[in-house]
Amino acid sequence: MAASAQAAAASREAPTKAQALREAGFAALVMLGLSVPIVALRTEQNMENQLVLAPRYGMVLLACIGVFLARYIQVMFVNGLTRTLLIVGSFTLLGGVARATGQALDGFSVGVFVIGAALIAAGFAWQKRVDAQAGAPAAPAFLERFSAIQPYVGPAALGFIAVYPALALWLTGTGGSIKWIDNFGIQILIYIMLGWGLNIVVGLAGLLDLGYVAFYAVGAYSYALLATKVIPEVFPTLGVWSFWICLPISGILAALWGILLGFPVLRLRGDYLAIVTLAFGEIIRLVLINWVEFSNGYAGISTIPRPSFFGIPFNASDTGFAAVFGLEFSPIYRTIFLYYVILCLALLTAFVTLRLRRLPVGRAWEALREDEIACRSLGINTTNTKLTAFALGAMFGGFAGCFFAARQGFISPESFTFIESAQVLAIVVLGGTGSLVGVVIASIALVGGFEILRELDFLKLIFGESFDPTQYRTLLFGLAMVLIMLWKPRGLVSTREPTAFLKESKSVSGSLVKEGHG
Amino acid sequence: MTTATPLLKVDHLTMRFGGLVAVNNLSFEARRGEITALIGPNGAGKTTVFNCITGFYKPTEGMLSLNHPNGGTWLLERMPDFRINWKAKVARTFQNIRLFQGMTLLENLLVAQHNTLMIASGMTFLGVLGVGGYKTHERRAIDKAIYWLEKTGLIDRADDAAGDLPYGAQRRLEIARAMCTEPVLLCLDEPAAGLNPKESLELNELLRSIRKDHDTSILLIEHDMSVVMEISDHVVVLDYGTKIADGTPKEIQNDPKVIAAYLGVEDEEVESVEAEVESVAEQVAETGR
Repeated sequence: MAASAQAAAASREAPTKAQALREAGFAALVMLGLSVPIVALRTEQNMENQLVLAPRYGMVLLACIGVFLARYIQVMFVNGLTRTLLIVGSFTLLGGVARATGQALDGFSVGVFVIGAALIAAGFAWQKRVDAQAGAPAAPAFLERFSAIQPYVGPAALGFIAVYPALALWLTGTGGSIKWIDNFGIQILIYIMLGWGLNIVVGLAGLLDLGYVAFYAVGAYSYALLATKVIPEVFPTLGVWSFWICLPISGILAALWGILLGFPVLRLRGDYLAIVTLAFGEIIRLVLINWVEFSNGYAGISTIPRPSFFGIPFNASDTGFAAVFGLEFSPIYRTIFLYYVILCLALLTAFVTLRLRRLPVGRAWEALREDEIACRSLGINTTNTKLTAFALGAMFGGFAGCFFAARQGFISPESFTFIESAQVLAIVVLGGTGSLVGVVIASIALVGGFEILRELDFLKLIFGESFDPTQYRTLLFGLAMVLIMLWKPRGLVSTREPTAFLKESKSVSGSLVKEGHG
Repeated sequence: MTTATPLLKVDHLTMRFGGLVAVNNLSFEARRGEITALIGPNGAGKTTVFNCITGFYKPTEGMLSLNHPNGGTWLLERMPDFRINWKAKVARTFQNIRLFQGMTLLENLLVAQHNTLMIASGMTFLGVLGVGGYKTHERRAIDKAIYWLEKTGLIDRADDAAGDLPYGAQRRLEIARAMCTEPVLLCLDEPAAGLNPKESLELNELLRSIRKDHDTSILLIEHDMSVVMEISDHVVVLDYGTKIADGTPKEIQNDPKVIAAYLGVEDEEVESVEAEVESVAEQVAETGR
């Protein structure tokens, strides 16, 4: 039995060159068939305003060679690192070729060649090492090493997040760091918080909610309207309500809307639930657009008061934050403050979720996801359980929305389109339903990844000045989704941690955990 | 034991699905401290009766009254399903096992104690803040779970996922989970289905000890006659939604109507096949032992 398994493994490890060439040739042919109509046949307008064909056979050739090499390497080598090094190395070489033939054989192309060659050399060197160690199990050693550092990963990550603004300031200076703290830090944290909020509904209770952005909108408009319209115009005696008073109110209002949505969809499951929640998200947005007297329609609400530092505003005046603390005025202080506000809100969400999972209500959510009928046979009121999941998920969405309004200072219905719901849901699904860590990784990858695209200016050196990586955003998004779903169909963190144990806590395999039926 | 008072009284129960009469004017009693078996050929309406008793169906006609041992009567047909378990203390298992497969055995048994723990956690509010002595209640719930895991022989696998258990163990876990709700009436839908003879015997032992130690009466649907005849005090036979016999296992075994129903013959032919059947029944009984 073991011998035959080894033989099978050996035959898998050593495919013949002919076999690999055949596979690679086939893949290249498929690529050729695909790329000729898509890549090669490009139309351009000439001087007389006519459409003419400007074929790009060079790119087709490069694409086919790239696919051929990648497939060949994939068939010939088993080791993951070898494969990665060789494929990345050969692609880098191809990039260098493209630059050298398309633009100029300059120092940069030579640099690319050198990097590519170095990567390929490293790949072969690694393969040599793997061959030398053949038979020795390498994977368990890695797992052991990982489990040894595992307890420190969480605190280290938290520590990094806590000092991140200082790090950004130190590395990029006052001017450059706003982008890193605001576009990366705050943006990612907002999505982490939304992901954690939706995780309660989708991940724990197993209710597929496609209209989560509605609660985000309710939170944002609650704060915007309370602070700019309701209190100043209707109850002028109450003065101006600050962010900190409106924050809990926004959360409560969003939770009420969550319950309001919850009631009609209690009986619905699966696809039907998804459609109704989707419709609910759109209804909220359309009401905000069309009820102009209430929400100012497309024009949105501006001059939303920004949060103050315990009563000290972030402005250039004598009573402003900078003056009070004897600092030179800079908008960076507010950004850093906002970063810590959303960090605290996100941590609150995580804390409450972790707490609730260990309480009967959290276990009832997960039991509901596993089997609703069994829940009812055990005396669990599934109506209330579903409504609490909707309400709590919506409440955290409302908090995030309130923060969003305070951070932007201006909101309009355009910020609350379906694509936002889809992105938050994608974060939850990619991260692995029910997993808090997975949501963090997926948020960093999806939100941070898009922001990174703006920073990849060096690609212009290879692909020409007109190349704009951000245009490939949606393509990459789709590609990432497909790849992750192929590689890890249950999301990045697919195992489930039990909420109670007698002797030792054993992770439950993702294949046993249900996704819920809505 | 035999002079027990009726715990569950099913009175003229009728359940129609459109034109189909699944249960027709059925009346029977399940007495306290007894094991009552509900048997009948496939499609006789046994599971429908269970679904009516546990509130998953609302009966078209009839009354289902549950008399608690410590006083109080619950009219089950008027209660939503989850209240039947929580207030009237009727628990059930399912023909196709319905465990929370992605949760551990311990978690499965803790979910079963949801309502008690919910109150202990101050409807969650106190529990989130970490006040109100939720910890001691949870400890008590875990102790109860340990008791049932030991009783069903599953304690070694307490921290494994329920979906990882072999089939027979899943059946036992489902019974343990139902028992964690502290029922006065335990409704078991084919508990011995798919069990091997050894597991069947263990199941008999478990059911007997539940009846003896816990003041829990049992109502069970079963096809495995070695279980039914061995442990039940009282058997009700259904065919096409109608009760055709009601009595002790011995009486049922010799009832020509029951035999006819199981063999699918017309009433006129009953006497002619009866003699033949008796010899077969004896053989079956022997091999059963």
